[in-house]
Amino acid sequence: MKHDLRPECAPDYMEPDALHALQLARLQETVRRCHERVALFRRRMDERGLTPDDVRSLDDLAKLPFTDKNDLRDTYPYGLFAEPMGNVVRIHASSGTTGKPIVVGYTREDLGVWSEVMLRSFVMAGMCGDDVLQNAYGYGLFTGGLGAHGGGERLGATVIPISGGNTERQMMVLKDFGVTAICCTPSYFVHLIEHIKESGTSFSELKLRVGVFGAEPWSDAMRAYIQRESGIRAHDIYGLSEIIGPGVGIECSEQNGMHIFEDHFLMEIVDPDTGAVLPDGAEGELVITTLTKKAFPMIRYRTHDITSIIPGRCACGRTLRRIRRIRSRCDDMMIIRGVNVFPSQIEAALLSVEKALPHYQIILTRKGGLDQMEVSVEVTKEMFSDRVSELEAMRRRLAHAVEHTTGLRIPVVLAEPHTIARSEGKAKRVIDRRHEGEETP
Amino acid sequence: MNNIRQLSVFLENRPGHLGQVCRALAGAGINIVTMTLADTTEFGIIRLIIREWREAKDILERAGFTVKATDVLAIEVADEPGGLEAVLRTAAGAGLSVEYMYAFARGTGNKAMIVICFDDPAAAAAALRTAGAGVISAEEFYSEKQK
Repeated sequence: MKHDLRPECAPDYMEPDALHALQLARLQETVRRCHERVALFRRRMDERGLTPDDVRSLDDLAKLPFTDKNDLRDTYPYGLFAEPMGNVVRIHASSGTTGKPIVVGYTREDLGVWSEVMLRSFVMAGMCGDDVLQNAYGYGLFTGGLGAHGGGERLGATVIPISGGNTERQMMVLKDFGVTAICCTPSYFVHLIEHIKESGTSFSELKLRVGVFGAEPWSDAMRAYIQRESGIRAHDIYGLSEIIGPGVGIECSEQNGMHIFEDHFLMEIVDPDTGAVLPDGAEGELVITTLTKKAFPMIRYRTHDITSIIPGRCACGRTLRRIRRIRSRCDDMMIIRGVNVFPSQIEAALLSVEKALPHYQIILTRKGGLDQMEVSVEVTKEMFSDRVSELEAMRRRLAHAVEHTTGLRIPVVLAEPHTIARSEGKAKRVIDRRHEGEETP
Repeated sequence: MNNIRQLSVFLENRPGHLGQVCRALAGAGINIVTMTLADTTEFGIIRLIIREWREAKDILERAGFTVKATDVLAIEVADEPGGLEAVLRTAAGAGLSVEYMYAFARGTGNKAMIVICFDDPAAAAAALRTAGAGVISAEEFYSEKQK
């Protein structure tokens, strides 16, 4: 196995015993600091009759209280910070879908941890200091832009801080600046692929060879599409602002699950309903405890992301455990006629149909108290025919694929292109009209 | 002799969408020679014959429509019983099948113009020309229209 020579990447290959010892020492320190400095955490520990001394092994983690997104809202903006503001050098915030955003802070040391895990992420995706990185994540309060920026610079890559949007300029930079690596949301890259093709440029004329895509759930079918259409390697990166931003984990060259940087982030899989810890291999909700964060430590944060830990070592030689691709957030799950449906399933079904492109939207409505789903698929140049019969056959193939995957008959309608909002950032896949009053049949 | 290029545009069955196509073309000073609308309960396909079809395709694509150019044949038939039947008999004899067709009136006189999309437009053009059917080339078609 080829070990990366960068010292920062050494923990990727740590033997489990040494890793566990390091994790325990860091966990004890984190719990002690939170107990001392974060009122909410201290109160919850007190309610359970726990003191930091009760954490004697990694198994004792299960005794500690969970932290949820609501706790962040309730303590808005700085209530969970464990450092005085004088030591906080950066603030990020995630756009809350409702109400106030979630605010997170970083000390200088935290930024060092962040750039380290992003550097390790880029190395895992096969990048090196010679790469020219087009960072098309949004810069600003969103953690994507500056997070990837810090890691790219620390790697020694040439970072182009182009930020999101402005597709024409993105294409110009991609061609003219000799870009070899890109990071953005997967849906934005699909958007770029289309525009590049429409402009008559072939990917073989570009130097681009690797993409690091995240900030929204995407499927293996989408990866297959991206790799086929662009010829690059597409890696799924995992992260969330509450933990650090991008760089919590990423896929290696095996592209079989995302290695979590366990020396910084302690992971558990729990039953989303009972909170009971589940063994490796079982599917459940990912819960993360930060081990080195100073300004904004998190104890047992409920990510709402559904996944499982892949048992066994990875062929790449890294000892860090992997999680399966995030199938979806529990929040994204839709229940249609009693069946659980995730947007990623719909995406995979549509992409299994020849000529179909990943431009779709799921529209939820409510009729007679029951949730109804409709899938709207854009008719692109590739699938358009001037024969009605061929278009109808395409629509039937899409509907069959959705039925085959979900077991449900879900109406599929064909839509004009670009009527489905093009994502310059995160794709809006689900349009929820359930609360707009019941539609009359 | 070139065949006629027809543009097909995908339309959702929603008020105003057909109008958007016409408005985009009118705004660029492009005249529609003839058109037909194929519709289902869910969507429609508008088929257009336009002299400046390349320009029209660009305009419509920039306006966000999905557009496809297809070769069709324009055939002049006698405006009398059996006029079209003779053409179809020739086509069937050559093993050609009709995907769709539409007719339109042009000028005066005793001729009707039929636009036919065959499964194999090149073979259809050859077979019908050999049989002496009134296949009109693009050049003839548009110059006639200008009169």
